Amino acid sequence: MLQTALKRIAASVPSLVGVVIVTFLLTRVLPGDTASYFAGPAATPEAIAEIRQKLGLDQSLPVQFWNYIGDLVHGNFGLSLTTGQPVVNEIAARLPASAELTLAGLILALVIALPLGIVAALRQGSWVDHVCRVVATAGVSLPVFFTGLLFVYAFYFLLGWAPAPLGRLDVFASAPPTVTGFYLIDSLIARDFATFRATLAQLALPAITLAVFSLAPIARITRASMLAVLGSEFIRTARAAGLEPSTIVIRYALRNALLPIVTTLGMVFSFLLGANVLVEKVFAWPGIGSYAVEALIASDYAPVQGFVLAMAILYVFLNLCIDLLYGVIDPRVRIEA
Amino acid sequence: MSNQTTNPPLLDIDDVTIEFSTRRGIVRAVEKVSFSVAKGETLALVGESGSGKSVTSYAAMRILDRAGRIAEGSIVYSGMRLAELSEAEMRDLRGREMSMIFQNPRAALNPIRPIGVQIADVLVRHARATSRDAKEKAIAALEEVRIANAAERYNAYPFELSGGMCQRVVIALALACQPQLLIADEPTTGLDVTTQKAVMDLVVELTKQRDMSTILITHDLGLAAAYCDRVAVMEKGKLVETALAADIFAHPQHPYTRRLMRATPRLDSTLRALLPESDERAEVETHLAQPASDVILSIEGLTKEYPRIDRTNPLLKLVGKAAPAPEPFKAVGGIDFRIRRGESVGLVGESGCGKSTTSMMLMRLIDPTSGRIIFAGEDISATPARDFACHPKRGKLQMVFQDPTESLNPRYTAARAIADPILRLGAPMKSAALRARCEELARLVGLPLELLDRLPHQLSGGQKARIGIARAIALDPDLVVLDEPTAALDVSVQAVVLNLLHDLKQRSGMSYLFVSHDLNVVRLLCDRVIVMRAGQIVEQGPTEQVLSAPASDYTRALLEAIPHPPAQDHAA
Repeated sequence: MLQTALKRIAASVPSLVGVVIVTFLLTRVLPGDTASYFAGPAATPEAIAEIRQKLGLDQSLPVQFWNYIGDLVHGNFGLSLTTGQPVVNEIAARLPASAELTLAGLILALVIALPLGIVAALRQGSWVDHVCRVVATAGVSLPVFFTGLLFVYAFYFLLGWAPAPLGRLDVFASAPPTVTGFYLIDSLIARDFATFRATLAQLALPAITLAVFSLAPIARITRASMLAVLGSEFIRTARAAGLEPSTIVIRYALRNALLPIVTTLGMVFSFLLGANVLVEKVFAWPGIGSYAVEALIASDYAPVQGFVLAMAILYVFLNLCIDLLYGVIDPRVRIEA
Repeated sequence: MSNQTTNPPLLDIDDVTIEFSTRRGIVRAVEKVSFSVAKGETLALVGESGSGKSVTSYAAMRILDRAGRIAEGSIVYSGMRLAELSEAEMRDLRGREMSMIFQNPRAALNPIRPIGVQIADVLVRHARATSRDAKEKAIAALEEVRIANAAERYNAYPFELSGGMCQRVVIALALACQPQLLIADEPTTGLDVTTQKAVMDLVVELTKQRDMSTILITHDLGLAAAYCDRVAVMEKGKLVETALAADIFAHPQHPYTRRLMRATPRLDSTLRALLPESDERAEVETHLAQPASDVILSIEGLTKEYPRIDRTNPLLKLVGKAAPAPEPFKAVGGIDFRIRRGESVGLVGESGCGKSTTSMMLMRLIDPTSGRIIFAGEDISATPARDFACHPKRGKLQMVFQDPTESLNPRYTAARAIADPILRLGAPMKSAALRARCEELARLVGLPLELLDRLPHQLSGGQKARIGIARAIALDPDLVVLDEPTAALDVSVQAVVLNLLHDLKQRSGMSYLFVSHDLNVVRLLCDRVIVMRAGQIVEQGPTEQVLSAPASDYTRALLEAIPHPPAQDHAA
């Protein structure tokens, strides 16, 4: 198992190298001149040239790339020109916010979608099946900013159940001491239950918004995968042996249906992590997606490079986890690896 | 032998009708079927595909799928009317009182659960074991079906076991809770004859030992005759005849039974005798003086090796401390044989003996490791498999595949499928001429012309087999490799297809290499036979000689494992 994991990690090195090269090149071909943007509209050509020289942008591409690699090796992702902060620190501060939100949304979606998909497969054509279809279709077809705004309007403005959508914590509350970066976990570690409750209240609406969106693929794949497995011959054997329906559905069918579900989960997670900019905007969530978009608009290349690199590393790591999980679920995969 | 007067029936199926609701309305799969199984009796349920034999047994277990239901009639199991039982009571009966073994044993086991645990699941479910002693009892159940090293195999997964071994596990699973009734649904279809014999002997021994009743569902009359007390014959959802096994083979009453009996190849049958009595076709005149002398195919020292997976650590290899690379696996280990023009040669052997690898090398789908393939005077093994499609001799070498459905493109009509080799390899042809050629080929293989524009899913298995044959002979090949062309067909269809193949050969003087595990079929169609085992040729010679006086023990074991229906009493 350990050897398999090491092999997989080694195999992901080339893709990381590729990502470094591609992000470097992509940020250089982005439209907009960083130097003139920061010099301001009234700047003289001399001033722009000076800024360009300071940033090292006047050098040839290979030299710039070499400097970039040198910085990366030292853990230096560069400075954000808009905030003046090191990119590493900003990403490290914002990534847990995005991860906490995405994970909460995904776990919520999983808790609803998995049973829904299973029941829909077991009672094909029944009302549960139709509910599953309607919920899934509605979930993907409503844009997240719309559902987000709707929730804010209903639960904050009309009903007053939810706190103001202003980030991870109330303005007057202080964040728990950082251990994992996840406020829910950190506040529990600090035994600060008031903060825990406040964090949960802030997290609820954006997490539900994300869950509604990611319900669909998980519920659909669960249903399809369960249907395929339930029709297979070993399920008939299990039935002919008189096994209890619960054993058949969970231990025999679901475990066999898990591979495609895990694959979908990985895809949904990595997609949501970087792409839920709209949710982060609506709920003023200090996440990594909105950070990257703001940097992109400002032609601030260092944060964009840092963001893409961080996402790529995360993606590679996630795929590694999924591959290892495959081996845990299916003994046949273990042999091939 | 059963004695119904003293033994009350264990299972009594009375006037049962089973319906399936489909998109095109309600279909009656089984109509007014009645039979009973006495305690300790073995009943064979015989019929061709679609006769409703499996559906009937599923109804007895009440495991019909959602669309099916028992519309009429009653099923009584040892005094209990099954229709009146709740689903929970039924679950208690399944596995404990009545259980089932299935066709395709590998698929019948949960692929990602250790086999021992699957047996333990059943034992614990029916309170035959507690979670503490379940493992021990599951190992005992595995030992009972003669699985060597049962304790080690407990944690094995189905994909790590052979087909025969998997079927033993399925049997262990079915018999774990000592049920009274065992339903075996085509338990040995797809297994080698020797494995089939071992599995059937085991089933019979275990069921006799426990005085169990057995229903054996099969399409193989030989199997039914060899292992059952009584035989019930089903045709298109109806039970046409029930009789003692000894009687039914000597005096079949119903015309369908007679037809089925005729179509089953046996020791003394001839090709023509397989066909229904009404089908009086004349022997086709042959163009060639037999036996022709010139050799169409010559195989010399043909070898195929596959490297074994090297499990040594690559780091050890770097420092030069690794063990030497393992010996490659020899799928085919240096074989020689010849096929003469107009000759039909059978290649037989059990799964894994290298017969498929040999035929793939002949067809130049894979490259041999060494050896020569001389086809029509030219060494075609010199051309790599990748480039062989463009070889001028490619059209003269054709193949008919085992599965008539899987080997047709589902989006091609019959005519397009037949025309395929002409379009790819033949001379350019006008579409009218091409159509005429397709019609000519369809007539040759006996495919009604109006079926030419249908897609594969609109055709029956026999019709699809004809298309596969028409496609293979479209370019007038010199040699056709037939890879178990009738294995997926019912016996009556098999009889027709075998006759067709024989007639085509007589007419055009092609040679056949007939790859098969069914020695009875080989006996009918082939002039010579080659027996392979573990990549080597064990024996080859004229069919009559090899099959009646085999020189090797292996051939003899193969022949002895085939169950034969007793010879028909022609006076009846």
